[in-house]
Amino acid sequence: MFEDFFNVVKKRWGEGEEEYKPPMFKCPRCQGLSPLSKYEELRRVCPKCNYHGRLSSNERIAITVDKESFRELNGRMKGADPLNFPDYPEKQAELRASTGLSDAVITGTATIKGSPVVIGVMDSRFMMGSMGSVVGEKITRAFEYATEHKLPVVMFTASGGARMQEGIVSLMQMAKTSGAVKLHSEAGGLYISVMTDPTTGGVTASFASLGDIIIAEPKVLIGFAGRRVIEGTIKQKLPDDFQLAEFMYSKGFVDMIVERRKLRSVLSHLLKLHGYTPKEA
Amino acid sequence: MEDKRTAWERLQLIHTKGRPTIKDYIPQIFTDWYEMHGDRLFGDDRAIIGGIARLDGMPVTIIAEVKGRDLNENKACNFAMPHPEGYRKALRIARQAEKFHRPVICFIDTPGAFCGVAAEERGQGEAIAKNIAEFMTLRTPIVSIVLGEGGSGGALALGVCDELAMLENAEYSVLSPRGFASILWKDASREQEASEIMKITAEDMVRLGVAEAIIEEPLGGAHNDLDKISENIKEYLSQKIPEKCKKDIDVLLKERYTKFRKIGAFTE
Repeated sequence: MFEDFFNVVKKRWGEGEEEYKPPMFKCPRCQGLSPLSKYEELRRVCPKCNYHGRLSSNERIAITVDKESFRELNGRMKGADPLNFPDYPEKQAELRASTGLSDAVITGTATIKGSPVVIGVMDSRFMMGSMGSVVGEKITRAFEYATEHKLPVVMFTASGGARMQEGIVSLMQMAKTSGAVKLHSEAGGLYISVMTDPTTGGVTASFASLGDIIIAEPKVLIGFAGRRVIEGTIKQKLPDDFQLAEFMYSKGFVDMIVERRKLRSVLSHLLKLHGYTPKEA
Repeated sequence: MEDKRTAWERLQLIHTKGRPTIKDYIPQIFTDWYEMHGDRLFGDDRAIIGGIARLDGMPVTIIAEVKGRDLNENKACNFAMPHPEGYRKALRIARQAEKFHRPVICFIDTPGAFCGVAAEERGQGEAIAKNIAEFMTLRTPIVSIVLGEGGSGGALALGVCDELAMLENAEYSVLSPRGFASILWKDASREQEASEIMKITAEDMVRLGVAEAIIEEPLGGAHNDLDKISENIKEYLSQKIPEKCKKDIDVLLKERYTKFRKIGAFTE
């Protein structure tokens, strides 16, 4: 009965619209509600506060590179279990089946408005994009490939940090990837790091922070230590904007904040400015 | 040799009051120690010290994380948890070593990089990343020793080296067992269980290719005999440093890259 009354009120408020409740998106930044369709239409950008939500690696590749230009590298690489960690192999198998991913990063070659690049895209759906052996190895190989073929690297980061189940082996991936970035840099290669939601922990403390140019999407989380860890240390609540892209930008750790709809064009310009021009047809 | 302690027993041992710190070791192992201060950018972090000394008469650069021996010392060195300026000081001093052809000896002893507002504002992630990348191609030999705690990225920032040694009871881990338990199981009280499955002991490090050597501790642990443990560390360094210095630097750098390059477990 109460519900009927409520519907009547809602109909009146809606001024005669069909009674239909569209699925809603609740923004993790501004807590605002918007129709999910609107959020999706904007390629997962909150219509209220411009928070740039998470994309799958396939979606990211599709909106970034030229159609049919992507060739995956090391696509068959799968994780093992260096520490004999309880349930880790099962967890990986489950995620491979449910996401269709082999692990938390996809790497390959592609062109962006004609400019050739090596591209890497992390995927937060696979164990929060954490960096274990596969992520470390694929990213290292991507940089080594780029060094060998004199190509620039565009890396989209999205990670909660180290892969706990691989312990110290995971920590060592920070050294491995950073070493490969360094050799690529010494060979004169351009590396553009694009920080997406979230970029934290061991990924922030390795290859994500080593770009010649560091771009971030609006309102994404960027930091080293987790927010709760810091709050636990200082025994205070942190301001809402702490560790957002805009905060890191104001502190000088991000070169530019670029909206998703402009990103492909910005990347293309930056590549061309560094002499990576489209090959003659 | 004693019976091998469990990871948990070793964790208790390295937190024993009286466990020697770098401040105890420097006068025992080196001569002519001159400390250098500051990162030339922001300030002087007391959680990391660096400077020049002699090892068997040979000039070397020392970079070390500092634990306090009492509460006052611990307050001064922030419980060995560096801020970004500490890592930047380390890099500055390492660059100096490269310029003057001195080998670098790093002593690791930290629960981890400090987690706080100022550390984030000054780019804790960037500072660690930079050290890792720059140490990889630093054109002088680097030997690192984990004295007690090797906590996470805060340890790795001094851990990119040509050879890593662990004191027998030292640990090296991606995160403290406590933090590990709270992240993975949302229950920090399961830290003992975490310490055993995380594989954090000196033997684990050698087996996983992370460390090359284990330096034996006196019976009951390093705190029982400072002279003996210092002698063991010195013996290791007196052998390793000249060995690394004799190598062609390009060969050494290739081997350094390969040491880390091959760590990982996957199938294709």
